[in-house]
Amino acid sequence: MSAAPAPRDGHVAEPLRAELPGLGIVSLTLPAPRARRSPSGVREHLAMLSTRFRGADALALRQRPVPHAYRVAFRHVGLDPDVTRTPVEAAAIERLVQGGFVSRGLLDDALTIALVETGVPLWALDAGAVRGDLQLRLVTDGERLGDDSAAAPLPDGQIVVADAHAALAPLFGEPAASHAVGRDTADLLLYALRVDGIPPLQVEEALWQCADVLAAERGDGGRLGSRWS
Amino acid sequence: MVVIADHQLLPQLGGEAEEGPARRALRSQIARLERELAGLTTEATPRDRIAWSIGGEGGPRLLGLGELERVRDDLAERLHEVRETLAARAAREAEKRALLERMLRDPGRHRFVRVSAADVGEPGCGVWHVRPRLGLIGMLMGWWQVKLSSGCPLSRPAAGPA
Repeated sequence: MSAAPAPRDGHVAEPLRAELPGLGIVSLTLPAPRARRSPSGVREHLAMLSTRFRGADALALRQRPVPHAYRVAFRHVGLDPDVTRTPVEAAAIERLVQGGFVSRGLLDDALTIALVETGVPLWALDAGAVRGDLQLRLVTDGERLGDDSAAAPLPDGQIVVADAHAALAPLFGEPAASHAVGRDTADLLLYALRVDGIPPLQVEEALWQCADVLAAERGDGGRLGSRWS
Repeated sequence: MVVIADHQLLPQLGGEAEEGPARRALRSQIARLERELAGLTTEATPRDRIAWSIGGEGGPRLLGLGELERVRDDLAERLHEVRETLAARAAREAEKRALLERMLRDPGRHRFVRVSAADVGEPGCGVWHVRPRLGLIGMLMGWWQVKLSSGCPLSRPAAGPA
């Protein structure tokens, strides 16, 4: 693993690039956090976000440029964002229901902080289970999610996040269990989905926000430490 | 890198040359309608009972021309419904505000009429109520006044089984 990880743009299959020109995938490989539980600083950050984010913010969320862009992207691929919530809206609703952003472990907390701070959703995979670069493509005949041969075949034409070997997650969906981050994960592969209307810088910012939270646990100085060491 | 032959799926979407511009136009219309619909969320209240969902198209996948048209039409229809709902509520509230003004000007002509804060689009549980001053005496003497009850009713324990 390189001392200075950099976000990488994944390949987007030609039909997707032609039809949805703004769609993209950006990934970043990082060492997996050693700790499961979030340190107090991360829990305080979540608590601060909880107080900053209220009911009125949740209502106005869909009018903000980044959440709006994801809502539009959902519509463009046949998802109804009022049924299948965009990740930031799902987080907002959970915040209102739970009364705050609840700490669920360091990785989940880092993903939530990056999501709420930037509006860009991130997912994490076990980098050791991913073969080759991430890409966005359409499902081919009888393909299944991950390495699980017992899983139901994906519908033809579905848009998926994939590696060189298999489909790993539906677009905007949760990754296959076979590639999820577990106890034995040495490196994380974070990825974000870019959609039309989202500047590349915003997506990179989300990845670095998440990396910073994870780096704080390692005590290596976060963003500056990883970029400039 | 695996090369995926997803060009097989293009015929389902129609020829790029003929329908591509139409699909792009539909996507930009969907984006505009979504923005307009989002702009109305802050004006709506739970009392409006607005159903925002239009249903999905079995995504995530590339939508064909007909499916994009359906999304666009459903969004346009939903936008129209939401605007109508909000306009109807605005008209009802304007009517109630006018009634409240008349009540305040001439309580005697609006005996026992009640207008709540919700009726005029105000937050809270206040109710303007035309009541006789000094109870029965005021009723007999024609002394009417508008009283504003403030605050929400105290919560009561849920009725248990008998």
